[in-house]
Amino acid sequence: MRFLDWRVVGHLFLRASSLQRKRAILTVAAIAWGTVAIVMLLSFGEGLKIQLMKGRHGMGENIAVWWPDETSKVWQGLPEGRPIRPRMDDIDYLRGRMTAASGVLGELTSWSSSLTYGTKTITGRVTGANWEYGEMRHHFAQEGGRFFNINDEREKRRVIFLGDELAKDIFGEVDPVGKTMFVNRVPYLVIGVLQPKLQMGTYKGPDESGSVIPITTFAAQFGRQRLTNIVFQAKTAEDMPLAREQFNQALAAKYRFDPTDEQVTGLWDTVEGARVMGNIMIGLQIFLGIIGALTLLIGGIGVANIMYAVVKEKTREIGVQMALGARGSWVTGPFVLQGLAYTLLGGALGLVIAMVMILLLGLVPVDGNAALEFLGKPTLSWQIALATAAVLGSIGILAGYFPARRAAAVDPAETLRYE
Amino acid sequence: MNWPHKKRKNGAAGSNGHIIEMRGITKVYDTGKIKVQALRGIDLTVKRGEFVAVVGPSGSGKSTLLNLLGCLDTPTGGEYRLSGEAVAGLDRDHLADIRNRRVGFVFQNFNLLPQLTALENVEMPLLFGGVAKRERRRRALEQLEAVGLADRVEHKPTELSGGQMQRVAIARALAMEPDLLLADEPTGNLDTSSGSDILAVLNELSSQGRTLMVVTHDPALAKRAGRTVEICDGEIVEDKANGG
Repeated sequence: MRFLDWRVVGHLFLRASSLQRKRAILTVAAIAWGTVAIVMLLSFGEGLKIQLMKGRHGMGENIAVWWPDETSKVWQGLPEGRPIRPRMDDIDYLRGRMTAASGVLGELTSWSSSLTYGTKTITGRVTGANWEYGEMRHHFAQEGGRFFNINDEREKRRVIFLGDELAKDIFGEVDPVGKTMFVNRVPYLVIGVLQPKLQMGTYKGPDESGSVIPITTFAAQFGRQRLTNIVFQAKTAEDMPLAREQFNQALAAKYRFDPTDEQVTGLWDTVEGARVMGNIMIGLQIFLGIIGALTLLIGGIGVANIMYAVVKEKTREIGVQMALGARGSWVTGPFVLQGLAYTLLGGALGLVIAMVMILLLGLVPVDGNAALEFLGKPTLSWQIALATAAVLGSIGILAGYFPARRAAAVDPAETLRYE
Repeated sequence: MNWPHKKRKNGAAGSNGHIIEMRGITKVYDTGKIKVQALRGIDLTVKRGEFVAVVGPSGSGKSTLLNLLGCLDTPTGGEYRLSGEAVAGLDRDHLADIRNRRVGFVFQNFNLLPQLTALENVEMPLLFGGVAKRERRRRALEQLEAVGLADRVEHKPTELSGGQMQRVAIARALAMEPDLLLADEPTGNLDTSSGSDILAVLNELSSQGRTLMVVTHDPALAKRAGRTVEICDGEIVEDKANGG
């Protein structure tokens, strides 16, 4: 496009758009609608993704949870079907051998203990855990309370940390912190209540409906040593496979089972879960994006249609320009530009509309509505904007290119024949 | 009329001074079902500065010949040299460049671009020829002045009379200082007085030494030409110099 004068091209473009004004407006509207669709779909997908990620973090970062089970392989002369039931003191043993883990802790759980405050008694879940549980499993206390600490554990203090829903069930409107309540008729001091949190995955019921006490206290009161769960946390997500390997080796060495026995070593790896979830989310977003792109494509066909009409209408002018020495690309340039201009205009309009819609949806209160809370809020990211712009740009170029190709194929001798 | 006199590009013509050299030119329109033989072996030589009228009945192949001469179309067979340059086998872009630099077209229905002013219309070929903006404007104004339309430069074609439109078209055809001016029935759509205006312009151009080929039905126009070529059924049946 050596000599393309953009002023002349612009002049031709403005003239053409005024000739086809009604159609142009409809087409720009179609493109705008397509853009709104693609941006909103992708933004909802993004909001959902963010919400799921948040929900995953409700459990804690890079967590794995293990349950006791029986062996399924013969090992060193020992039969299959032996239960592997680690004890409380195995936690220290594991901590010494799992260098890739930033924390290892045990849980003892009673599923139905009677929990009493005043005259009200309910049946609930009590877990005994190491004091690191508060950080690792994201048990953060509401204002005025705390999780139990190393001294509480060491001295077997009777202190209890309540899930927020459980606290409401037992105490109603009363602030539980500082009150004394009873667990199986043994008095405990309530030291904290869980901050409300979004938790997507659980392995014994949501944290909000349970209570936690020091593991040593639990062992003393319930007379149990065998762990219900072992929870460990890898230093980073990348360390998780190594941490799992170290866990298997250490436990297998002590309890004499095949470290590759998956019935024993099987556990819940939230890192892998997150990876799978991430892939599902990417798949979902691609799917939503394709739906949006198809909507947009229909708008693009509208643009191409207008451009075909313009080319047909201007066949003689194209012939004249060619007779005057215009090369093919100089004739097609304005058409490509025009198709692109319509598309980008519609795209910009659609983007503004979508942004306003996202802004308004952000103002809708979601607290207390579980469905809305789970869905999250549509979120516009720069990746979405970039993807939309790329789709718009390609559709715009295609919408101009095909009609322009027809323009370039005009035979000047044919069109200039005087009828 | 006061035409801007430029040094003619003498080197551009063939070594023998011929602008047009056609040997055995044929043109067949193949529509798939039927083949139409529009030209059946045209031999034609035009020297620099000649004013040639091409006459003949409708459908005789006059316009086809003009399209081939102006490189708007390519012959099916034969050899064509324009200003010494063989045209056969050139690609579309190259042909576009030749049309731009060597040929000026004037059409029966003017074919001005309706959304552009007279000045912008004349600037069009200069734009395609890569002439810089300021120079473009200067040369376009010069050409419009020469055809007596200095006061109409900002008018759109719809605001001009037929004769004025054809004069804009002539100014446009001459803007790139072509070797050859081709006109297809230039007076065909004009009333008598406008037509004679155009005749005067063509005469003036001829007397300045420009090479003109005009397809016409108009006997008045044919008489002005120094040479008349008559075509019938795709062949030249008569080629004579007009006395006087």
